[in-house]
Amino acid sequence: GQSIRYSSGDVRRVTLIPGDGIGPEISASVQKIFEAADAPIAWDPVDVTPVKGRDGVFRIPSRCIELMHANKVGLKGPLETPIGKGHRSLNLAVRKEFSLYANVRPCRSLEGHKTLYDNVDVVTIRENTEGEYSGIEHEIVPGVVQSIKLITETASRNVASFAFEYARQNGRKVVTAVHKANIMRQSDGLFLSICREQAALYPDIKFKEAYLDTVCLNMVQDPSQYDVLVMPNLYGDILSDLCAGLVGGLGVTPSGNIGKGAAVFESVHGTAPDIAGQDKANPTALLLSAVMMLRYMNLPQHAARIEKAVFDAIADGRAKTGDLGGTGTCSSFTADVCARVKDLE
Amino acid sequence: HRLPLAKYGGRHTVCALPGDGIGPEMIAHIRNIFSFCHAPVNFEEVQVSSSLLDGDMDAAMLAIERNGVAIKGNIETKHDDPQFNSRNVELRTKLDLYANILHCVTIPTVPTRHSGIDIVLIRENTEGEYSGLEHEAVPGIVESIKIVTREKIERISRMAFEYAKANGRKKVTAVHKANIQKLGDGLFLKVVRDMSEDYKDIKFEAMIVDNASMQLVSKPQQFDVMVMPNLYGNIISNIACGLVGGPGLVSGMNLGDKYAVFETGTRNTGTSLAGKDIANPTAFIRASVDMLRYLGCHYHANIISDALWKALVEQRIHTADIGGNNSASDVINATLQNIKVLMDENPKH
Ligand SMILES: Nc1ncnc2c1ncn2[C@@H]1O[C@H](COP(=O)(O)OP(=O)(O)OP(=O)(O)O)[C@@H](O)[C@H]1O
Ligand SMILES: Nc1ncnc2c1ncn2[C@@H]1O[C@H](COP(=O)(O)OP(=O)(O)OP(=O)(O)O)[C@@H](O)[C@H]1O
Ligand SMILES: [Mg+2]
Ligand SMILES: [Mg+2]
Repeated sequence: GQSIRYSSGDVRRVTLIPGDGIGPEISASVQKIFEAADAPIAWDPVDVTPVKGRDGVFRIPSRCIELMHANKVGLKGPLETPIGKGHRSLNLAVRKEFSLYANVRPCRSLEGHKTLYDNVDVVTIRENTEGEYSGIEHEIVPGVVQSIKLITETASRNVASFAFEYARQNGRKVVTAVHKANIMRQSDGLFLSICREQAALYPDIKFKEAYLDTVCLNMVQDPSQYDVLVMPNLYGDILSDLCAGLVGGLGVTPSGNIGKGAAVFESVHGTAPDIAGQDKANPTALLLSAVMMLRYMNLPQHAARIEKAVFDAIADGRAKTGDLGGTGTCSSFTADVCARVKDLE
Repeated sequence: HRLPLAKYGGRHTVCALPGDGIGPEMIAHIRNIFSFCHAPVNFEEVQVSSSLLDGDMDAAMLAIERNGVAIKGNIETKHDDPQFNSRNVELRTKLDLYANILHCVTIPTVPTRHSGIDIVLIRENTEGEYSGLEHEAVPGIVESIKIVTREKIERISRMAFEYAKANGRKKVTAVHKANIQKLGDGLFLKVVRDMSEDYKDIKFEAMIVDNASMQLVSKPQQFDVMVMPNLYGNIISNIACGLVGGPGLVSGMNLGDKYAVFETGTRNTGTSLAGKDIANPTAFIRASVDMLRYLGCHYHANIISDALWKALVEQRIHTADIGGNNSASDVINATLQNIKVLMDENPKH
C-alpha cells in the first residue's frame, strides 16, 4: 500500500526495486511492517528488468534512474545475474550509475538463531566501484588472459573516509584496513597508505592493518577480535560473505550501498528461484537493510523499533522461516513482526 | 619426471631456510627430531631473511636446485618498502613450484567449532594476482595485472584430479569468480571443467569464491578436494586452516616438476611469538613428515608422525594456540620420548 498518512513534508519517498524470484514477497513484507510501524516512508516501486536499447545493449530502464535521482534513497530486493556471459551485472550497473562507493554489511549474531559462532559483531566496509571489478580484461595471445585491477587514490579515500565516519557515528572503536600489500605492493600499497592518511584525521578511532589471509585465519577462530573492517572490492566481497556465514547466512544479513548523496539498501541473498512464490522466503535480510536505511535517513527511533521487533520475533522463534529452522512462512513471520512493532508503540 | 635427488652414502641432503620470526627455532626443532631418530637427512642451512641482500637469495636458490628439496620458514616481506618484493613468491616462481597442497583435517582433542573436516586444498602457486606486474598509470591510479594462462591452469587441474584419483577422493570443487572476471576466471573454470571430463569417477563442482568462503564456515564437511587460482587459494586455505585449529597445525607442500619446498600451510612468520618457546611446532613437524615421505623415508615419516599424534591426541600436550599451557619444548620432548618408544617397538631393519 502507498497510503500516505503524514503531511507531505514528513514523508520521504524511497525507490523500491522489488527484484526477481522471492524479491516481490519479501518487499511486500517490508512494506507491511513499515506501515504497521507508521514509518514516514512512501514507496516508489520500479521494475529494473533490463531493456534492450537501439544499439542492442541492455540497460536499466530510464524510469528507475530518474526515480533514483529524485529520491536519492532506494531499497532493493535480489536481481538475477547470469553467470559468465552476456551483459555486465546489473547490480554493478546500479552501483556505478549512482557511484555508490561503499558497501556496508553489519554482521551480528542473532539471539534465537544459534550458529557455531556467537558474539559476532563486525561491520565490513567494501570499496564498491573499482579493483578487481574494473571489467578490464583481454586475451593477449590465445590461452593467456590478463585482468586488470584498478586502485585509485580517489576511490580509496572515499571508502576509507566513509569507514572512519561510520565508526564514529555508530560508536565503533577500531577500524582495520585489510590488504595484501605484501604481494600487490603498489595497488594495495596505495589503498593502505590512504587508509593511514584518513586514520590520522580520526584520532578517536583506533586504526589497525592486517593481511587478508590473516584476517580469514583469525576470523574463523575468534571473530570477536574484529570491529569495523575496510578493504578493496574483492576482499570485501569475500569477507562480507564469510562473516555472514558466521551468523547464519545471507538470509539474515543486511547491506547498504552508500555514495555521495545517494544510497541503495539491499538484501544480498539470491533470488532463491527454488522457493519463489511459495511464501517460504525469509524477509529478515531485506528488513534489516530497510532498518539501516532508516538510520541513514536519520529516523533512528523508527529504525530501533522495527529492529527490536525483528530480533524479538527471531528470538521467540515461533514464526521463524524454514531457512532458520522454523516452521513459519513469510506471511506469518511478517504478521508476528507487525504485531510486535505495534506493541512497542 | 623428477630429477634424481642429491643423495650421498644413503643420506639425503636438503636445504633448510629458517626465514624470519619463529622459523629459526622451528628448523632447530626439526633438526633435533631428525638427528634423534637417525633420519637419513643432512641439512644445508642457508639464511634468507628480509634484512639480507640479493646475493643470499641466489645462494638459497642454488642450494635448493642442487638438493632438490627444501624446508623453510616464512620470509617476512616489508610492505613499507615497495622496492622489496616478496622473497617467498620469488622462490616459488623461480623454482616453478606450481602447486601448493594443504591437507586440513580436524585433529581430535584440538578444540574447534566444526568437526569432521577433511579437505585437500590445491592452489596454483605461480601466477594470477601474484604476477607482480603493477604500475602507476597516472598519479593516483594504479593498475595491477593478473595473468592466467591455459598451460598453468591445465597443470594445476591435472594435479588436482590426479591427486583425487590416487588418494581415493570423491569430489573436486573449483573455486572461481567467473561471474565477474569473465575471461580470466572464465578460462580457469573452463579448463578445469573440461578436464573433469577425463575423470568420470570423480564428481566435479564449481563454486564462486565468496560463496565457498561462506560455505566453509557453515558446512565445511561438504568439501573434499578444492582447486583454486593463486589468490583464492590463499584465502580459502587460511579459512580452512583456521577451521581446524589455526596456523600452528597445518603443513603445506610446494611442488613443481623438479623441486619441492615444504613449509607451514598458512606461511605466517609469527614474529610476535619468536624466541618465547610458545609457538606450536606441529605445522613444522608435519612439514618435515611430508618432506620425509617425498624423499621416500617412510619409516621415519611414520615414526615421527605417530609420535606427534600421540603427544597431541593421547597425551594432550597442547600449546596456547590450541587452548593448552604447554611450551613448544614440551611438545618436542614428548614427541622425542614417543619416538624412542615407537622405535624400540618397531626397529628399522
Ligand atoms: N531470503 C531467503 N529466505 C529463505 N531462503 C533463502 C533466502 N535467500 C536464499 N535462500 C535459500 O538459499 C539458497 C541459495 O539461494 P540463492 O538465492 O543464492 O540461489 P541462487 O540459485 O544462487 O539464486 P541467484 O541466481 O539469484 O543468485 C536457496 O536454497 C534458497 O532457497
Ligand atoms: N606456529 C604457531 N603457533 C601458534 N600461533 C601461531 C603460529 N604461527 C602463527 N601463529 C599466530 O597466527 C597469527 C598470524 O600469524 P602472523 O602474525 O605471523 O601473521 P602475519 O600476518 O604473517 O604477520 P607477521 O608478518 O607480523 O608475522 C598470529 O596471531 C600468530 O601469533
Ligand atoms: Mg558476494
Ligand atoms: Mg546466489
